[in-house]
This record gives sequence, structure tokens and C-alpha cells, in this order.
Amino acid sequence: MRLSATLVAALAVAVPLSLLAGRVWIDPASTPNAALILAELRLPRALLAVTLGMGLGAAGAAMQGYLRNPLADPGLFGIAPSAALGAVIALWFGIATAWVLPVLALLGAGGAMALLALIAGRTGGIALFTLAGMMIASLAGALTSLALSLAPNAFALSAIYTWLLGALTDRGWPDLALAAPLTVIGIATLFSAGRALDAMSLGEVAARSLGVNPNRLKWLLIIGTGLTVGSGVAVAGIIGFVGLIVPHLVRPLTDRRPSALIVPSALAGGLLLLIADVVCRILPLVTELRLGIALSLIGAPFFLYLLIKMRGGLRWA
Amino acid sequence: MGLSARNITVHLGAAQALCDISMSLNPGEVTAICGPNGAGKSTLLSVLAGLIAPDAGEVRLDGLILNTMAHEARAKLIGFLPQNGEIAWDVSVHNLTALGRLPHRDRDETAIAKALAKVEMSNFAQRPISTLSGGEKARALLARVLAGEPRWLLTDEPLAALDLAHRDSVIGQLRDEAAAGTGVAIVVHDLAQAMNHADKVVVLDQGKIAAQGTPQTALTPQIIANVWGVKARWIGEAGAQALITRS
Repeated sequence: MRLSATLVAALAVAVPLSLLAGRVWIDPASTPNAALILAELRLPRALLAVTLGMGLGAAGAAMQGYLRNPLADPGLFGIAPSAALGAVIALWFGIATAWVLPVLALLGAGGAMALLALIAGRTGGIALFTLAGMMIASLAGALTSLALSLAPNAFALSAIYTWLLGALTDRGWPDLALAAPLTVIGIATLFSAGRALDAMSLGEVAARSLGVNPNRLKWLLIIGTGLTVGSGVAVAGIIGFVGLIVPHLVRPLTDRRPSALIVPSALAGGLLLLIADVVCRILPLVTELRLGIALSLIGAPFFLYLLIKMRGGLRWA
Repeated sequence: MGLSARNITVHLGAAQALCDISMSLNPGEVTAICGPNGAGKSTLLSVLAGLIAPDAGEVRLDGLILNTMAHEARAKLIGFLPQNGEIAWDVSVHNLTALGRLPHRDRDETAIAKALAKVEMSNFAQRPISTLSGGEKARALLARVLAGEPRWLLTDEPLAALDLAHRDSVIGQLRDEAAAGTGVAIVVHDLAQAMNHADKVVVLDQGKIAAQGTPQTALTPQIIANVWGVKARWIGEAGAQALITRS
């Protein structure tokens, strides 16, 4: 509880501060149109960063709990690439309006969830579930590459490519209105799986002996991850690694029960994405650094560091 | 009223793991399930725990068909300690034990403290499990099952990681649970443990029941020779017998 309260306090400080930061630093007293910029551009963007980060953080914590693996990432379910495929289809056909793109992305996420449930939903174990997710991710990735290679024109190619990199640039209230409710429902769904995830600490067999219904748990995870990750991709493209890094950073501060990790991970995910987005905004580059790239630049070395640490250091043989 | 299997047949993939098994556990009794590797002991325990649905036959708990019971209702009554207990996260012994309360949807601190005291782990309550020895971890895992206060206690090789003293202590604990009215099943490889501490023994061989009854009738040298292929004889007095084998 104390950790969550600290993270809420950190967010309460970070969100207002983040509003001032950017290529142009805003002084509410002297910057022209400060109120307009804050209300229409920076506030929805900050809230969107927090919302998406919360969803990814919670999904990562739940995934790691379910797979009993600290290296698991929500991306393993194949939901993010499938949602991205939906958005790519919208861009490919030139129908990527403010609503069509996210709706197609959500349909992509829904399709992946349904496929996952169909393949591994009833009787499949964790291994089948993970493999099915990885194959769905591979298939969606291949179809996205196909779309890129067969892009009808250079503009579509550029639009798809840029969108896939993931960013919060120019996102506004409509995006928040779409993502926030779905993310909240998703986090609540994952939170409701907390007790079952605690039982999973003992392995699938012991969890079942403790009354966990494995099918119900699988459904809760598919729905919770689908809503959080799917809605995030729908409005911002693929933003990886938050779901991997955040539970790792937060876990040592908790009593390590998966159920105790979901809420702090959500809050810390929101904080991380908010800070990462501010860094993207203030870096003095010709064009704004894409958030997806920034997090991959942080996340991939962090993942390697974890692997090396788990292996007990670097060894040649 | 008991936990009974009637004409159970189970296939694991294409292989038949159990064939026409009928047996029952009774409250207040310790039943040892013995047999060579691959005889189906763990499968039988999982069937009795309601974790594997039999392909034929049925398991009844107090007259109800086990596999039709709600998951949590079943879990409140049957405590199951799997072989090779593994814990994914480095939780404290207390939090590990508290998992036993999950079917009850509470964190009854009295039940948790009682379970820890029973396995002599009260002083370890706040220790992370990564700092425990194999024997301490095995006792903490047993405390997790005891915290659920089940009426049926099914344990798969709970003595495997224990030294002599703790083995005696855990066996004593399981006997105490039985004396308090719990029906206990224990999968054991050590036939002397079964002979000395069980009220009833079920001997499995290739998925079938080779013998069942009191330890004296189910673990005769003849049955041991037939099932394990080992010539053996019992020495010592009742309750403290040892098995001497000759190849």
C-alpha cells in the first residue's frame, strides 16, 4: 500500500511538471496561448502516456505471474503485433481516419485474443499458450511486413512505418477517450486474477489443487492483456518493453506476490511512460524521437542485463 | 463417508496409467501408496485430488462425484502437496503458507501460525524461501497445505528431501493429522516408512493394484518380490521394522 501511495504521489507531481516540458518550455504566466496548449495538447498526451503505461505495466506483471517467468512480456501473447496489423490495414487502404484506425487495431487485438482462446483456451497448458501467442505474433509480423513490401505508394509506406514505431505525438482527447475506459477495464480484469496468479507461484498443478480454475484464469489474462495492450497499440502504435522492465523494477519493493505487483506495476508503468515521453519531447533532435524507439533503446539493453544477471555474469564458455 | 475411487482407468496420452483401480481413504487413517517408478502412484494421487478426471470409473468424496464439485469447494476439503514443490517467486515462508488459505478466500493468521508451528517453522516465517535448505523448504510447503485445514491430505513423496530427524518429524505430523480425524494419503518409496507408519498400504504395479490392506498383508516379502523384483525380508519388531534386501 505504501509503495502504491508513493507512486501515486510521484504521478501527482510528475504529471503537472510534464505539462511544462517540451521543445517549447511553457511558463503558464508568460507563454502565449499557454492554457490552450496545456489543455488541448499536453494534458491529453500526458494522461494518455500514464494510461497506456499503466495498462502495459499491469499486463507485464500479470503475464510474468502467469508464466512464472520474470522475462515474460505482454508482447508474447501476439496481441500487440495483431493490433498493429489492424492499424496497418487501415493505413494501407488509406482509410486511417481518427476512428477507423483504432477500431481496426482493436479488431486486430480481438482477433488475436479469439485465436489464442481457440487454440489454447480450453485444455492447453502454459507451454501451448505461449507457443500459440508467439506464432500469432510471428504471423501478424509477417503480414505487416507483407503490407510494407506491397505498399500502394510511398506515402502509405511512410505512414505505416512511422506509425509502427509508436509515439504519442499529436494524440489528443479522443485517443484518451478511446483508450482509458478499455485500459481501466483491462487492469481491473487483471487485478481480479491476482489470487489465482499467487497460486500459480506453486505451479499449475498446485494452483489447481488450491481451487484455481485454469480456464477462467486464461480467459481473464486474454481479456485483460487484450484490452490494455490492444487499446494502447490502437492509439499509439507498438510501445514495447514497459511490461518487461516495470514489474522487474517494482518487484523487489513488494513482497513478490504476483497479486501485490499488479497495482504498483501499473502506477510505475504510467510514471515510466510519462517520463520517457517527456524525454522524447525535450531531446534536441531534428524530429521528435519516437517513444517506441526510445523504450526499445532502454528496454533491450535492460533485457540483456537481466539475462546476464540471471546467468551469474558474462562467461565465454 | 470417505474419499473413494471406484474402477478408475486413466490414460495419459496413448499410455494407460491406471487400470480399474478401486480403493478408498478413510478419516483418521494414513494410507501409503507404494510401487516401483512409473507404477502410477502420482497419477492415482492426482485422481484422488480431483486434478485428473478418470477416463472410466469415478471418485466420490462424501458421496459426491469429485469432478462435478466446484473447484474451491473441493480445494477446501482436499489439501494436495505435489512432488518437487517449486515456488516461482522468492516470497517469505509466511506468504507461502498463506497460499493455503486461498480456497477459503481469507488470510486466517491463526491457521497460518498453527501450520507453521506444526512443522516447526514459526521462527522462519519472515525468511525468504531462497534462504531455506531443501528440508526447510519441504516443511514450508507442507505448512502451506496444513494452513488450508483440509479434511483430506494427499502428499506426494513429502519425505524425499528430508534428513532423518525431519523425516520422523513430518511422519509424526502426518500421523497427528490423522489422529485429529484427517484422512491422509502419502506416496512413499521407502517401504519401511509405509510398514511402520501407515494404517493401510496400496501397492501399485504398472497401473494396477497389486495388493492393498494392512502393511503386514500388503507388503509381504512375496509381494515385494513380485512387484519390485527384489528379494527382501523384514526384521525388527512391529512399528520399528527394517527391510533387508538381497539381490
